[in-house]
Amino acid sequence: MGILKIDDVTKTYGDYMAVNHVSFDMPEGSIFGLLGPNGAGKTSLIRIITTITRADSGTVYFNGEKLNSSHPSQTGYMPEERGLYKKMKVGDHLMYLAQLKGLSKSEAKAKIDYWFEKFEIQDWWPKKVEELSKGMQQKIQFISTVVHEPKLLILDEPFSGLDPINTNLIKDEIYELNRKGTSIIFSTHRMEQVEEICEYIVLINKGKNVLEGKVKDIKNQYKDNLFKIDFRGRLPGHISEIANIIEQKEDSITVKVADERDSNLLLQNLLKENVFIPSFNEILPSLNEIFIKKVESIKEPVSV
Amino acid sequence: MNKLLLIIKREYLTRVKKRSFILATLLTPFAFVLFFIIVGFIFSYQDDEKLNVAIVDQHNILNGKKPADEENLFFTLEKKTFDDLVENLDDSKYDIILKVPNVKNLKTKNFSVYYHSKKQLGLDLHTRIGNKIEEKIRDYKMRELKLDKEQLSSLKSAVSMIKDDDEGESTFASIIGAGIGGVMGFIMYITVFIYGMMVMRSVMEEKTSRIVEVMISSVKPFQLMMGKIIGVGGVGLTQVLIWSILIPIGYFLVGLIFDFNPEQISAASGAAPAIDVEEAQDMGRQLFAELGKQNWWGILPLFLFYFLGGYFLYSSLFAAVGSAMGDDLGEGQALTLPITIPVILALYIMMVVVTTPQSNLAIWSSIFPLFSPIVMPARLAFMPPTWQIIVSMLVLAATSIFFVWLSARIYRVGILMYGKKVSFKEIGKWIFYKD
Repeated sequence: MGILKIDDVTKTYGDYMAVNHVSFDMPEGSIFGLLGPNGAGKTSLIRIITTITRADSGTVYFNGEKLNSSHPSQTGYMPEERGLYKKMKVGDHLMYLAQLKGLSKSEAKAKIDYWFEKFEIQDWWPKKVEELSKGMQQKIQFISTVVHEPKLLILDEPFSGLDPINTNLIKDEIYELNRKGTSIIFSTHRMEQVEEICEYIVLINKGKNVLEGKVKDIKNQYKDNLFKIDFRGRLPGHISEIANIIEQKEDSITVKVADERDSNLLLQNLLKENVFIPSFNEILPSLNEIFIKKVESIKEPVSV
Repeated sequence: MNKLLLIIKREYLTRVKKRSFILATLLTPFAFVLFFIIVGFIFSYQDDEKLNVAIVDQHNILNGKKPADEENLFFTLEKKTFDDLVENLDDSKYDIILKVPNVKNLKTKNFSVYYHSKKQLGLDLHTRIGNKIEEKIRDYKMRELKLDKEQLSSLKSAVSMIKDDDEGESTFASIIGAGIGGVMGFIMYITVFIYGMMVMRSVMEEKTSRIVEVMISSVKPFQLMMGKIIGVGGVGLTQVLIWSILIPIGYFLVGLIFDFNPEQISAASGAAPAIDVEEAQDMGRQLFAELGKQNWWGILPLFLFYFLGGYFLYSSLFAAVGSAMGDDLGEGQALTLPITIPVILALYIMMVVVTTPQSNLAIWSSIFPLFSPIVMPARLAFMPPTWQIIVSMLVLAATSIFFVWLSARIYRVGILMYGKKVSFKEIGKWIFYKD
């Protein structure tokens, strides 16, 4: 059983169907990308998972149980629209949010001390939030999200507003939490981050899930059997009989083969002609391309 | 710890610990007292230029006695004629020359006093000099009619209306009642406004600073709203309590520092008609007697009830409006109007009700829940019938609960709604959104 199972969930606001019969499973301990263009229904779905709103129909299972009021304390949610009380002291603020997540005073204090030490920001405790830079505030926001050691962490655009150094710092923390067993939902538009971080994704568009699965499998499923070959020497003329040349440069070509096993045939032919091949690579589509292709194909189904 | 308690604690403590709160709480009573004293000064301000007044009394109405000098007014009886004096005005010490009119018929009531002066006389001087002449004409009439002062004063009688039940309520009691009622109604009005607005601003801040979505992933929107309303209400109670102790002290201290008697000021300000000392002391005794007679053990808990009822009713509405507002405060003003209008109406009704506490207007407006928190406290000193109090309390309690519920429905949708201009129609739809 996964940490989270979304089963045929719908949610409407007035006449607008924000979530339209979405289903997917999220394996425990995974980093799970929740993708989709603006207004696709990601935030609506996240709000259902965090019990901020309730689904009109369908069921959400958290760790095998139907979603109930005990689950928010096992969830850490960092919304895209996030902020802190500007006038509060950093330490008091974290204590407040940690206690609202159900920690006792002493537990909260110990956890916050741990994170302060980790980020080497022990002297921030008495500072007011408004005295911190935006990047520093994001760090505090991150601590407030994970301080109660949630089983499920939901991060909506977690790196927006962070410089590269802090991005890496937070990224490392995300990996470490994941290693310790935290399941993580990662919602973003930044596809290169998804490819780097996520094992699984679900793509939502107009309230429906249009794509779901392991990143590796999806890429394989959507590949066009493209190969890039670097070479030195002369290419045999009959190569275009085996493969479709997409692009030809002085010492490299990109080809498309009908079946992925034809790549071996191609390579054999080239080797037979004594062409020197320093590299031979399969070109997998980027998630970005798949994302755009999927979203566009739904937008204009006729043009395909 | 319970989440609601945590929220209340934060909302209360962050406000009470603020320097601006401490300053406002401590300084407002003094500023308040100082304000009244300054107002008193302004009203008691009189013409300070010395004026010499020549009085021509051809018909010997004054019987050779000039009016008593007073502050900047100095009177002289002149034997010369009016015209003569006017001609030589520039060389004389006089500023004003006036002619006492003849009293041909003792039944004549209206007289005109002709005068000449270098400058235009102000309204105040007209009245003061006119009063002097009026007094003299009165004395003249008394002499002619052979009346003495005692006889005349014995004609004046004071009547107090006293109810036949054991309470022995007098006219004076109803004045005191009106006073207590007015003060209570006004306190209600002020607190509903100040703290209701405080709740609204705070909800808006939470929304614009984007903390709200973080919060409601841990707590229910209802808890967040109620925590805020209760926390701010606690701040309000704290402040009112401190003020009710500090204002009398401030009144006393400021009086000491400036070395005068605040009562003099209020007498001079025209707030109270001129009264002699004995009468004033007597009134003071009556005042304390009446204040003591009030059923405070009944009034104060009821006052607290109406304070809480009114506060919950209005502040929850303010919270709902705050949640619907965007960053644009100006646009939000239109949304607050439907809340502020009943509050202001209630204040005006209250002002009328303290003088007519048993009228139909008083009865119905102290039952109508949008007005009752301000109007009913104003009536309490007049001991309205018990059934009216009970009906009014039940209606207010039910309405407050209903409005808190209604506001919570609006609030939970409003706080997550960004970048949209909101209309009342839109807000109405939110009420029916499913969770």
